[in-house]
Amino acid sequence: MSTLLTVDHLSKHFLLSGGLFGKERRLDALTDINLTVEAGETLAIVGESGCGKTTLGRCIIQAQSSSEGRVVYHPKSGGDVELTALSKREIKPWRQDIRMIFQDPMSSLNPYMRVFDIVAEPLRIHRICKGRELEERVISTLEKVGIPAEAVGRYPHAFSGGQRQRIGIARALVLDPKLVIADEAVSALDVSIQAQVLNLLEDLKTEFGLTYIFISHDLGVVNYIADRVVVMYLGHVVENAPTEMLFERPRHPYTELLLDTLPIADPLRRKVRKTEVRGEIPYLGNRPTGCPFNTRCKYAEDRCRTEKPVLRPIAGMAQEAACHFAEQLNLKGAYDDAPVKEIA
Amino acid sequence: MATETMHLDVTHPVAIKRPARESQFGLMWRRFKRHKLAVVSLWIAALFYAVALFAEFLAPVDPSAYSARYTYAPPQGLHFVAVNEDGGWEFGPYVYGYKTEIDPVALRRTFVIDEEVRLPVRFFAESKPYNLFGFIPLTTKFIGVENPRDPFYILGADRLGRDMLSRLIHGTRISLSIGLAGVTLSLFFGIVIGGFAGYYGGWFDSATMRVVEFIRSMPTIPLWLGLAAAMPKDWSALQTYFAITLILSLIGWTELARVVRGRFLSLRTEDFVTAAQLDGASDWRIITRHMVPSFMSHIIAAATLAIPGMILAETALSFLGLGLQAPIVSWGTLLQDAQNIRTLASAPWLLAPGVCVVVIILAMNFFGDGLRDAADPHGR
Repeated sequence: MSTLLTVDHLSKHFLLSGGLFGKERRLDALTDINLTVEAGETLAIVGESGCGKTTLGRCIIQAQSSSEGRVVYHPKSGGDVELTALSKREIKPWRQDIRMIFQDPMSSLNPYMRVFDIVAEPLRIHRICKGRELEERVISTLEKVGIPAEAVGRYPHAFSGGQRQRIGIARALVLDPKLVIADEAVSALDVSIQAQVLNLLEDLKTEFGLTYIFISHDLGVVNYIADRVVVMYLGHVVENAPTEMLFERPRHPYTELLLDTLPIADPLRRKVRKTEVRGEIPYLGNRPTGCPFNTRCKYAEDRCRTEKPVLRPIAGMAQEAACHFAEQLNLKGAYDDAPVKEIA
Repeated sequence: MATETMHLDVTHPVAIKRPARESQFGLMWRRFKRHKLAVVSLWIAALFYAVALFAEFLAPVDPSAYSARYTYAPPQGLHFVAVNEDGGWEFGPYVYGYKTEIDPVALRRTFVIDEEVRLPVRFFAESKPYNLFGFIPLTTKFIGVENPRDPFYILGADRLGRDMLSRLIHGTRISLSIGLAGVTLSLFFGIVIGGFAGYYGGWFDSATMRVVEFIRSMPTIPLWLGLAAAMPKDWSALQTYFAITLILSLIGWTELARVVRGRFLSLRTEDFVTAAQLDGASDWRIITRHMVPSFMSHIIAAATLAIPGMILAETALSFLGLGLQAPIVSWGTLLQDAQNIRTLASAPWLLAPGVCVVVIILAMNFFGDGLRDAADPHGR
């Protein structure tokens, strides 16, 4: 597998004006993010609200400028394209290769455009085809995602949430992209529709040879679709591991905590909460010193409060974690059974 | 744990056949029609604009044709049914002639309707050749007396014996078109400036909004007066007309700029706009194709509500003698003749332009309200 995208020391901070007399404050949304995306894999980015996963997605696709660092795209044709260094005009051709699927199927489709025009818009902007050819391409893409050809003249509001998300997927795929960033692509859908859309994404991945960056907070979904998982906390990558390994044996206490929140669909094994969740997620503008997770970590020691751990490979495995005690701690995975409660 | 991977085999949902959605304006029109007052107002406004459009054809005589013999002649009215001497009925439009009497109190010569004399009136009457819209030669007027030398003052005459109705019709053209031109100009400035401010934000946004607040905090009448007074007196009628339009829209754009900016601000963060950016669309394309259509209906409603203000402002300025000047006929300049109580007491028909102002302002306001309600999808 070859590397498709490299995120290199990427940081993003926002400056908040403090009003007329207040001091301007700095809010670090992303701190020193490093990761690579291999061609053909599905990389999931998980974390709780406000951890920066959406910002990371938006910085990768250049919907937002980053403050420091680079995002480098490696097209099949060879060469490295440093997306972060390109102007709006220069980046336009690469927008065909990297596409995005949005979270909210209500607001991501223009209510005043017909479905056909919504899907045809990228083709028109990039002047790829027109007339008969455009029509065929749009309709065949829509049919692939399960929208019948006779519905293309309708406006988005005539469709259900799941169908709308399919239209959003068609818009992303109509340009024949290489990398698709799906930002919470299924979290606005109800569970049965989620399964449909996830299966569709899987099928399309094989058919089009896609690579996904799948941003989600739902570990069940991530387990289902992802090959590799990046766990984020407070704008840091705290763990990066193949899905199986991560779910089996997490190497960062935060990952353990996340896995612990997974519900069990078995009433006999309905667990009492194993891990205590302490404290709130700290405010981004006032982050703790040392390890960002130290305020909530039950394993935290003095070293955690002073020295910031770096993301490092654990015991030579494909798993990386940013914890001083990654090797020592024996953290509980998703498959470690809770004691079965007997029915009286 | 329920994390085992399962490939749920869910078949794609079958799309139910539904009628295609009505266009945005179709929906808007349907909601608008429920607002009866607004529909009536629309017809009234349409009538006024039709009058303005076909002014030359509808006005019985040239608005500047004067006649010293019929100064302050009272309205003749238009009659359709007459009773003959032998008691029979006769149909056909006619007006009564005039006779002069000496007013016993003022000892002035006044005109009184003479019911003995009937002057037959024709629709599509012959007239002196004139040009409709300035380039279509015609020799037919909508209405006229059979003998062109007979007096024909349906709405009375002014102090120079000019036909009030013809002047009113031509005034309608000037007053209404100045409202439209002013709003168009305001709309242009409003959309461009408000659009820039809302789309790009930042310092330009703050600067523009402070300017808008400054302009809006100034009392409008003195500002207009000042600007109008600064206009050179030797400008031609056309130049004055455009200068007045410009002065009116100089203030008018602020309101529209705010509306547009607000819409842009709220739309800018919508996902579908981000999607268009990620499609690689240019700013121009994003604004014109993705953003403007979704608030066009609001803009139309806001613009409609801005028209009455323009008309009122022009009328007020001209009434005060600072807007359009005498040879140009507008409602404001016509009302200038009705400025003193003596004329008003003896010739109340000079107030007819005032009635027109009230009617059109009310109609445009109700129409605009109806449009606004219809354009708002969260409305009733």
